[in-house]
Amino acid sequence: MNHGVGDRVEKILRGDERSASRLIRDIEDDISGTRELIRALWYHAGQARIIGVTGSPGAGKSTAVGGLIGAYIKTGQSIGVLCVDPSSPFSGGALLGDRLRLQQHAGTPGVFIRSFATRGVTGGLSRAVGDAITILDAMGKDIILLESAGAGQQDVNIAHHVHTVLLILVPGMGDAIQVIKAGIMEIADIFIVNKAHRQGASDVIRDLTELPFVSRANDIPWTPLVLSLPDCADRDAFAVAIDGVAAAVDDHYRDMVENGRFGARLRRRAYYELSDAINWLVYGSLMEKLSRTGEIDAMVSRIVERDDDPYSMADTIIREQGRSVSFNVSAGRSAGGCNQNNDDGHQKNNGQRDEEIDGAQ
Amino acid sequence: MGTLRIMIAKPGLDGHDRGARVLARFLRDSGFEVIYTGCHQTPEQIVRAALQEDVDVVGLSCLSGAHRYLFPRVVKLLGEKGAGDIVVIGGGIIPEEDFVFLSDAGIRAVFTPGTPLEDIAAWIRTHVTRNGKESASVE
Repeated sequence: MNHGVGDRVEKILRGDERSASRLIRDIEDDISGTRELIRALWYHAGQARIIGVTGSPGAGKSTAVGGLIGAYIKTGQSIGVLCVDPSSPFSGGALLGDRLRLQQHAGTPGVFIRSFATRGVTGGLSRAVGDAITILDAMGKDIILLESAGAGQQDVNIAHHVHTVLLILVPGMGDAIQVIKAGIMEIADIFIVNKAHRQGASDVIRDLTELPFVSRANDIPWTPLVLSLPDCADRDAFAVAIDGVAAAVDDHYRDMVENGRFGARLRRRAYYELSDAINWLVYGSLMEKLSRTGEIDAMVSRIVERDDDPYSMADTIIREQGRSVSFNVSAGRSAGGCNQNNDDGHQKNNGQRDEEIDGAQ
Repeated sequence: MGTLRIMIAKPGLDGHDRGARVLARFLRDSGFEVIYTGCHQTPEQIVRAALQEDVDVVGLSCLSGAHRYLFPRVVKLLGEKGAGDIVVIGGGIIPEEDFVFLSDAGIRAVFTPGTPLEDIAAWIRTHVTRNGKESASVE
């Protein structure tokens, strides 16, 4: 499979859209050998500004992303958009409808839009978005917009992948206590109150601005900006407000750079890219092997019969694999902010198990 | 290997998308990843989206009578972009006498009103494999 790797990398670096979209697909489908390409592309990436847009279903994420594309086109920047919608837990299928709000830009040169299904991953993202960001970055996109699936209170994973998080809120979703709850409210660098023509919008804006809302994401004070967007049917007013959002994103970026916080964001993203890679290559391949050989079934039986317990079993597996898997714990503490384990819960188990293992060794 | 990706699109000046939405929903329930792009799409927009989304199938819906222009145009543009491997199928108000014309133009199947949804899903399962299986040789 090494055959053609350099060729595919070259094409992506030249901005070839089909090569990029095919590679994203191969990553999603875990086609063997595709990580070779990501390894190569990583060294060409690192220039793009990465902006995350999250919020509850129907809050207006795609509409805001569509507006931001328009705003950035005007400045002559090239744009990559990654948008995620849920996979069905029943059929495994998905209806990816974010493009519906973005299609006016589908013919615009320099704009690349790709839809993702979550494929069973919780947290509002697809497993492939980290690598997809690397691909678009290496392609030379100036701006990358990542739109999560409709998010709930603890869907904070988007913060792991981006430099700036926009959280879209709408009126009528609860009282002032919702605003001070933990979770997704803590990852916002910029709050956007959408559908601000609706009743209750001023209450939300007041709740967000009156409380001492200092983000703790990097242990350096940043008071999240609060903006609002009017009815998108009023196109002129909406476009003006969106320009304001783009300017706020620039302000946040400038603040990060000037106050030495940008490095922390880069480290946060790198930490989670590494964590994902380890999770996939170590945990993923181990579980795949145990499933393929049927060992896992035998182990489950022993645990059910209480001939063995899960922790001892895991300990045995690690010894037999001949590796120390103490990869996740200490690094996590130093990555700063947003230490919530991501992806699929397996990783969380991993982390806990590592502590057990460290203790045993 | 991998989930098949299908784009459902409505080319041209036709705002009647109930059928397209019903089909999109059914294909979702059949385990496909469906990208729905809505109404009033130009063939150029559809083709660019199909490439960016790396779909295996483009399903075109047209109820306005312009299918004789719009459907072949999508096939032609895909070919020009080196994406002739993407299967194009069509549906909508299509007179039977146009079937051969569309088939000659590269539309692989046409589904008209009354077609059981399961027939469409079954056709896709039978006739479509994940594109770029030889992905190392992507153009």
